[in-house]
Amino acid sequence: MWRFSVGGMIELEGLTKRYGEKVAVNNLTFAVRPGIVTGFLGPNGAGKSTTMRMVLGLDHPTAGDVRIDGKHYDQLKDPLTYIGALLEAKAWHGGRSAYNHLLCLAQSNGIPRRRVREVLETVGLTSVARKKTKGFSMGMGQRLGIAGALLGDPRILMFDEPVNGLDPEGIHWIRNLMKSLAAQGRTVFVSSHLMSEMALTADHLVVIGQGRLLADTSMADFIARNSKSYVRIRTPQRELLLDVLHTAGITAVEAGNGTLEVDGGKAEQIGELAARHGVVLHELSPQQASLEEAFMQLTAESVEYHAHSAAPQAQPAEQQPWGEGWRRS
Amino acid sequence: MSTPQPPMPQTAAPNWQAAPGSSYPTYTSPIPVVRTHLGHALASEWTKIRSVRSTMWTLGVFVLLVVGIGLAAAALVAANSSGAGLSEENPLSFGFFGLLLGSMCIITLGVLTTASEYGTGMIRTTMTACPTRGRVLAAKAIVFFAVAFVVTLASVLLVALADVAMLDAREPSGEEWLKGTVGISLYIALLGLLSLVVGSIIRHSAGAITIMIGVLLAPLVIALFMFSQSLEDLQRALFEYSIPNQLSVFYEQSLSETGPSGWDPLWIMLVVTAAAFAGAYALLEQRDV
Repeated sequence: MWRFSVGGMIELEGLTKRYGEKVAVNNLTFAVRPGIVTGFLGPNGAGKSTTMRMVLGLDHPTAGDVRIDGKHYDQLKDPLTYIGALLEAKAWHGGRSAYNHLLCLAQSNGIPRRRVREVLETVGLTSVARKKTKGFSMGMGQRLGIAGALLGDPRILMFDEPVNGLDPEGIHWIRNLMKSLAAQGRTVFVSSHLMSEMALTADHLVVIGQGRLLADTSMADFIARNSKSYVRIRTPQRELLLDVLHTAGITAVEAGNGTLEVDGGKAEQIGELAARHGVVLHELSPQQASLEEAFMQLTAESVEYHAHSAAPQAQPAEQQPWGEGWRRS
Repeated sequence: MSTPQPPMPQTAAPNWQAAPGSSYPTYTSPIPVVRTHLGHALASEWTKIRSVRSTMWTLGVFVLLVVGIGLAAAALVAANSSGAGLSEENPLSFGFFGLLLGSMCIITLGVLTTASEYGTGMIRTTMTACPTRGRVLAAKAIVFFAVAFVVTLASVLLVALADVAMLDAREPSGEEWLKGTVGISLYIALLGLLSLVVGSIIRHSAGAITIMIGVLLAPLVIALFMFSQSLEDLQRALFEYSIPNQLSVFYEQSLSETGPSGWDPLWIMLVVTAAAFAGAYALLEQRDV
């Protein structure tokens, strides 16, 4: 992977952000490389958006550092042609038309006017370019945000929850867009709270929970490690079956609810063994641990305390880091 | 949804390609890379201020108030005066009432120029596009000041010419002309600039507008209720340095004999605005967006 490291690197070094007592981002260290899509995964409120805002110099880190090819964001002389970002939805004035919104962005970085039409075409908003953005649906808003990110044709792209509010067609489009951007050698850094979404687009995975780094791994590794297959068995003759399996050299583990689990895809073998020894089976089913489950296990700590955080199932607000309730209890 | 969903783009990928020949890509864009400077920020802010309707509304109402009330006042006086009573008056001073009311529009536009970006979230886009925060504030200040000054000067000049033509008053001197048009326009534009700076500090449109209207009117109103002898000095200061009285100084019609005179109001407003600007700049650098 080091052959990519000529440019377009985002490097975080012990990045920390505290809001008063709450720690939104806790000592994050990782790098985002060019040429691949890096997924930034975490439950709501894990600190993904805060991290992205610090990359863009919007929020000042409490401690640590984040650099883009060795520079702080505010040292970039040509920010939009270097790094394009889609932050939260609808970060613009609703009374301005899509065209004028993009035009004022283009002018601020000396980007030629024709690029505005080009990106509007790319995201499919040409027909509503002169309309006020106030009337835009969530999906159209996302497209305008993506147009803004693409405007400078930058080598680094950051998307914060880009599939939010998009229809299936739009989701398909943004997936392909991200892959093709990465294939051109760009750095693509995309956040999501959906593992399934990341599994389809990301080549590399950074997982955070409660602001802490939980995993920094290639997608292939993550899948290999976490999506193991196993066989689930239910039987009224547990002891007999365990004996039979033991003799055959198969290890079964109790999985609660009176079910047994056997690693690997051995359903046929177990079925034949059971038939030969006259063991009654109520269930014999091959299972695949989903990536979603693996992700939930990884972030279980945050989720656990999430459930404890407030008595009447009150949801903490989107932007609130989860630390608060946990500390009080 | 009121607006139809746009058609899907034909191509899944954008139709520009990585630079040919680079075997390992970091991506190189065909777009020329430009070192950004204040000129870019000015162009951007000019597009912003002209592309929202609130600018047209506030400035439209401003012109309407200044010109409308200015002409109406002059017409009313012209119709009801016998002529002799006006001969000592500066005819430009009839622009005062319209300008006093109109200044609220300039205050509103000034505040909106900065604070509305915080309300809409646009500020994050703006600061991403131009991470030199001081440059953003400077560009906004310059563009707004120019717009406010030009519009005020045009309206005031129109009213002044009409007043001089309609009224049987004395001919204003050269300095009176200068103070009553350029001077007062600079003052109003500075008042708007102060509002812009306050908007950047408060980051909330309604809050900042309320504060600025308070600054405009409160001293005068408070002074009205200071009956006590011991407060007499304070009452006089509040009167003399209230913005309406400072405005009237430009027409040499101060409510009192002491207090600011000549070009003083302009220097006062300049110092106050500069101090507020410095504070806003320091806060902008320090705070998260």
